Amino acid sequence: MNSMTDTVAATPLRNDAAAKMTAREVSVFYGAKKAVDSVSIDISQDNVTAFIGPSGCGKSTFLRTLNRMNDTIANARVEGQIVLDGEDIYAPAMDVVQLRARVGMVFQKPNPFPKSIYENVAYGPRIHGLADGRAQMDEIVERSLKRAGLWEEVKDRLQDSGTALSGGQQQRLCIARAIAVDPEVILMDEPCSALDPIATARIEELIHELRGRYAIVIVTHNMQQAARVSQRTAFFHLGSLVEYGETSEIFTNPRVERTKDYITGRYG
Amino acid sequence: MPTTGHTIKAFDQDLDRLRASIAEMGGLAEAAIAGAMRALIDRDVNAANAVIENDARLDALEAEVERQAVQVIALRAPMANDLREVVAALKIAGVVERMGDYAKNIAKRVHAIEPGADLQPLSLLPEMARITGDMVRMVLEAFIRRDPEQATQVSERDRAVDDFYNSIFRTLLTFMMERPQSITAATHLLFVAKNLERIGDHATNVAEMVYFAATGTHLAEREKGGDPARG
Repeated sequence: MNSMTDTVAATPLRNDAAAKMTAREVSVFYGAKKAVDSVSIDISQDNVTAFIGPSGCGKSTFLRTLNRMNDTIANARVEGQIVLDGEDIYAPAMDVVQLRARVGMVFQKPNPFPKSIYENVAYGPRIHGLADGRAQMDEIVERSLKRAGLWEEVKDRLQDSGTALSGGQQQRLCIARAIAVDPEVILMDEPCSALDPIATARIEELIHELRGRYAIVIVTHNMQQAARVSQRTAFFHLGSLVEYGETSEIFTNPRVERTKDYITGRYG
Repeated sequence: MPTTGHTIKAFDQDLDRLRASIAEMGGLAEAAIAGAMRALIDRDVNAANAVIENDARLDALEAEVERQAVQVIALRAPMANDLREVVAALKIAGVVERMGDYAKNIAKRVHAIEPGADLQPLSLLPEMARITGDMVRMVLEAFIRRDPEQATQVSERDRAVDDFYNSIFRTLLTFMMERPQSITAATHLLFVAKNLERIGDHATNVAEMVYFAATGTHLAEREKGGDPARG
């Protein structure tokens, strides 16, 4: 195609005025192996950003740099700069526990604590000292469960175990848990890959409702899901950010040959 | 310009089938234009009837393309250039079916023109029909080959068709003024020329669809040829 290239496209949305987080030349190494190669991207406050790409492309690794989850991996090393609202999150003064409250995370497999539904949500606010007394905690739990679209289903059994819920409900419980500490950014790593289509649709609808209140970044293998839930899409390949743009453009008229081959199912 | 095939080969087969159906429609439309003109020149009512009857094939193929395109969208969830191509196929099928209707309309006029009518201005029409038929063939080739260059060439040829139309319009007008007894026949010829001009316009629209499907950008809006009837 005449305008297509195989080089990394300029990322037109880099200097986004409404950027909540900015990454500049971020590389991640596992020992000597470079898993993410000099990625620069702006994460918008008001949009859902989807990271897509084949397995091993570095999208999940890069996602985890955004709240320093890679710190927990022994031989992982991060280079470059990541800024949240003007603050360098890798600065020595940064409190990582605090950072992970501001930048929450939802994982692939729902992982509620083996405690009551109430306790799953209340745990974060309690350790961060966000609630002043039982009444206020009740309020936070109710609000979080409502925002996660789970309240109506569980309000009469808040003392039941979180692990007794269905997979989709557990995932919404995990979202409620992330929301409870009033984060600014929510990172989701394949949040629906263990869910059936109906539970997936509920999570996607929830993402849509949460948009604007939180900056949301979602990693997904499901391109239809990226197309459905996001406004911005970033395509990763072999550790590099290949193309980043409006979702509607990426899926109808990608600029880079590699992106086109991937989203049309010609990759590999 | 397909770089490589899809990982799922049946997807490529679906797209190939869709393109083959469009190619078949194009072949039928081109044959209908040529057949209708031949019947007109020869005043061959049987040949004209054959053109009219064959139009049902085009209608059926249009429905077939629609069925195939909907199926590809539902089952394959095409993206990017694939999606643009399927949407273009859907639109092109509708336009080619219209071209067939114009050819059928030309064929119907063979019955209406009296056997003894003097049709001297007919001399320009075959050449006009040849160019329009060429445009139809070329633009569908461009679609099959995903060739934006050839699509551009087709849209440029439409000007020649418009020029023919204007020239035939004036010739027929003069002819009618000089020989009022020929007005009925000449009016039919005027409609024939108008039909060919419309087919040229449709081929140009298809060229724009082909260009967009292949490149993702729009062919620069060309200056439209003037219609003398619109002043």
